[in-house]
This record gives sequence, C-alpha cells and structure tokens, in this order.
Amino acid sequence: MQLKDDKYILLKTPTGITGLDDLTQGGIPKGRPTLVCGSAGCGKTLLAMQFLMNGITKYNENGVFMSFEESSDDLRTNVSSLGFDIEKLKEERKLVIEHVRVERSQLEQTGEYDLDGLFIRLGHAIDKIQAKRIVLDTIETLFSCFSNEAVLRSELRRLFNWIKSKGVTAVITAEKGMDSLTRQGLEEYVSDCVIILDNRVIDQVSTRRLRIVKYRGSTHGTNEYPFLIDEEGLSVLPITSLKLDNLVSSEIISTGVPGLNDMFLSGGLYRGSNILISGSAGTSKTTIASYFAHEQCKNGEKAIYFAFEESPQQLIRNMRSIGIDLEPHIKKGLLQIHSYRPTLNGLELHLLTLSKLIRDFKPKTVIIDPISNLISIGNPNEVNSMLVRLIDLLKLNNITALFTSLNPYANSDFAEDSISSLVDTWLAVRDVERAGERNRGLFIIKARGLAHSNKVREFIITSSGIKILDIEKGPDGILIGSERSVEPNKID
Amino acid sequence: MVKNSEEEWQLRLYVAGHTPKSIKAIDNLKNYCEQHLSGKYSIEVIDLLKNPQLAEDDQILAIPTLVRKVPEPIRQIIGDLSNEEKVLIGLDIKSFPKPKSTKKLENGG
Repeated sequence: MQLKDDKYILLKTPTGITGLDDLTQGGIPKGRPTLVCGSAGCGKTLLAMQFLMNGITKYNENGVFMSFEESSDDLRTNVSSLGFDIEKLKEERKLVIEHVRVERSQLEQTGEYDLDGLFIRLGHAIDKIQAKRIVLDTIETLFSCFSNEAVLRSELRRLFNWIKSKGVTAVITAEKGMDSLTRQGLEEYVSDCVIILDNRVIDQVSTRRLRIVKYRGSTHGTNEYPFLIDEEGLSVLPITSLKLDNLVSSEIISTGVPGLNDMFLSGGLYRGSNILISGSAGTSKTTIASYFAHEQCKNGEKAIYFAFEESPQQLIRNMRSIGIDLEPHIKKGLLQIHSYRPTLNGLELHLLTLSKLIRDFKPKTVIIDPISNLISIGNPNEVNSMLVRLIDLLKLNNITALFTSLNPYANSDFAEDSISSLVDTWLAVRDVERAGERNRGLFIIKARGLAHSNKVREFIITSSGIKILDIEKGPDGILIGSERSVEPNKID
Repeated sequence: MVKNSEEEWQLRLYVAGHTPKSIKAIDNLKNYCEQHLSGKYSIEVIDLLKNPQLAEDDQILAIPTLVRKVPEPIRQIIGDLSNEEKVLIGLDIKSFPKPKSTKKLENGG
C-alpha cells in the first residue's frame, strides 16, 4: 500500500488565525467544507471572514464570500474595521462578495425545482477569480425561504458534495440549535470538521470559547479554548499547544538590589526565569520590583512594567524619593509602564494584551505588580490556566519576569498556590515586629537551580534606596533594628 | 381580462440547460400566456448555464424561476409551473378580479 500517495494524506489549509492553526495542527481540511456553529454574536462571521482575508493576503488564495444575511455594505464596514480593504481586493480580482437575498413573500412555489441557480452563482464566482476558499454565511437562512424542506435538504447535501468536487476549502456558518449543533442539523452534511464557538458568562466575566468537536482524520486539541475578539480580529489562546521545551539560559542577571545578589551563590538570577516577591502591604515589594526594572534598563535592555495599583507618574515619583529615576528609561524607549485596573478586562484579555505588547515591544523583562490582583478576578481554574499560559509565554520568549503578590495574612509566608508553585524563585518580604519597632526582613523561600542563603536578612529603605544590612550575630541569634550595635540610619 | 391593457407583460424564465423541469416550465408558461395574455406578453428564457452572470440580477437561487418584470411589482414563481391556479395567482393574472387585487393593480399601474 502506498500511503505516501497524495490522496491519502489529509491536506490542511491554514486559517491564519492565531492559535487556531496550532489547535488543528495546520488548519482546516483542504478542499472540504468546515462547519462553524454558535449562537448569535459569538464571532462566526468574523472567523469566516478572517479565514478568507488571510487566504488572500497571506496565502495567495482567492476567496468568495457568499452572504445570506448581511448586505455587501455591512460586510464591507465590518471587514474594514479589521483593516482589510474590500474594494481594493475586489478590484484586484481576489475577492468576490455575493449577497444572496431571498424574501419568501416574493416567492410563489409550484411544482418541482432545484437550487441550480445557487450552484451556478457560486460556481461562476469561484471560476471568475479561481477561488480556493469560500464562505457560506449563513446558509440556514434558506430554510426560512423555501417551504419544501425535503428539496432543500437534498440540495444542500448535493451542494456540499459539489464543493468537495470543486476542491475549494469552505467555511459554512450555522446558528446553534436547541438540542443539536446547528438549528437545521447541517452537521449531518458537513462531517469533516466542526468547530463550535461559544460565549459564556461565569461570575460576571464573559469568556468566549472555541472547541473543535470533530475533525475527521486528524488529531486536534479537544478542550474548550478561550478566544478573543479585538481590533485585529479573532485569536485563540491554546493552553496545551505550548510545550515545556523552551530553551533555557544559564546567564545570570543582577536583581539590582545591592546585597540581594549576594544571597545567591551565583550572584543573581537566571535570565528567563520568573521571580515572585510576596509580602503583606507596605513591605517594599514595588520598590524591589522597580529596582529590578531599573537595573535591566541601565544595562540597555527593554522592560515592561504593569502597575495595577499605581499610575506611571505616581510610581516614578515614589521611586524618585528613594533615589531611583525611571523617567530617563522611558524617554529612551527602554521602559514602558502600563497602568490600569485589572477588573477592566477579563483574564484572557490581559493575557492577550500582554502577549501583544511582548510581541511588539520585545522586552527582556516583564514586571507584573501585583499579580495577586489578576488572580482575584477569575475563578481558580481560569486563573490557573491563565498563569500557566502566561509563564509559558514568557519562558518561550526567554523573558525574565518578576511578579509581586500581596499577602493578606501578616506574619506568614503566603502566596496564592496557583502562582507560588509555578515560579522559579520565590522571595518573601515581611515585617518583623519586636520590642516596639517594626523592621523589614527578606528571605528566599525557593530558588530553582540556585544555591542560596537561608537567612532572614534585614533591610532598610532610605532616601538613597534599599540597603540589605550585614548580618550581626548576638548571643541569641541574629540581631535586628535597635538591637544592633550601630542602629541603622532611620527616622524616629 | 388584464386591467392595464396597453402594457405588455414581460416575463423572464430562468432555466439551467435542457432538463425535464426546464422544458416542462417553458411549455406550461407558454400555454398559460396564450390562454390568458394572448398578444400582450413576451417571454425571455435565460439559460444560466450559458449566462451565469445573469443569476445575480434577479437573485435567482431556484431553477426554474419565473420573474414578472412588467407590470411591477416584480414577482417570482419557482418550480416547473405545473399548477395553473398557483401560477395565475402568483403572476396576478385574474379572470375574476377581486376588489383587493384590483386596487393593487391600479396602484401598480
């Protein structure tokens, strides 16, 4: 048996939609119809349109869009919002838009008929521009126009077979039915690939999801995957398509905090690793994070700082008071500070925003301050999957990441399980209250692959910055604050 | 029989090749027109296999489709036109004018 023969290999047509081609391992079945179903407003037409537009602009495959619902004008408006110029593509003979308008009120039916007119129109449009991709959106509309359902069904079956024989890759959209995938049971005719789109609201957060129900002859991701619609169209964020096989760096980078580097035998942290700083309110998490950003920018590397609690100006002012000036880095284009409230978006949108900024700005360092604010806006499962994907994304790009996490319980070392188990290095900062004074302590809870100190180190913050104090031992252990022989510089 | 007697009825029949359905539709249509519109009609048969680009103008999906272009409003009847009664109603050709349809024709004309 010659399995290498072309006709035995399932060929795929890339959709060009971020993530979807990963899930389907290459795209939708080439030369066959794919059914995209979902309830109203969940992005079916958009997906179909992107498939077509990407075909023209990225893969040099012309396309026919046959719309049974929206008029050409509406479509043009919708597509131009995605940045495609329909008129130009039409002029260049790369795109044909056919608007099929049928009003039942105008139709009288008597005797036998078939839908050859539809076939001829579609065939003519395909032949006119040698189209390789077609979209039928939404063909189910025909069911409200023709009263003879038996004829319609047999004609649809014939249509889908005809599409296969034409060898064009088709996306057919359909409304979700009550107890079937589509309202009119189209899945019966289109059986090669079925994709479901869904929009659900859980805990007041709306998430769009995509699932590949069926893909005959191909393996595919089977889970529900969140997807987003923004100004660039639709993008899917697969979780499992990222594998843990990214390159790791053994390069050591400085934390920027004098004394902290020395707590690691290596003298710093691995590039591309991720670091969590947890601590209760007012334990200098943001200060350490800013030091880190400052240090990377000083070395001429790009960094993004996501500040979910402070505005950029406030952060700059506060850091200036301890001798760190972030402004020159911003002016040089090395540092970006993004401030917004985490509740503004769902988790998925945060992840996408992040991934787009990373793609465009190409930072070497990302700081999220605090990540615990993100964790509070989703349910544990979503948070987990989002964090895994976030960390995968950062690791894949060999970006060093620093997260801060607010610990709501004083005097314990707590960070959400969802994040603390994922990170490579975990630093805790805490207040040590003793004999009428509070002092700050810092220690390393874990550091994967780095030998490190086991001491709780006292540190102070002065107008010239953080200072990690040398260890001074007394008869009962390490001395802190005013117990020291020389009390560190402080304000009473 | 027809209200506006000066107007010629312009009928267009869309077919796709010489299928039994198409032939039947053409025969039926000619038959009805001779009976009810004698001397006041013209029939244009369009074969979409030869002129596929014409399907778009009248939004043709089903074959055969009969389109009444004149008198307005445009009306469509799909199928092989085997039911005479339905075709006459569809085209609004009445040998027994009803008050409602009379009004309609006056407005249309």
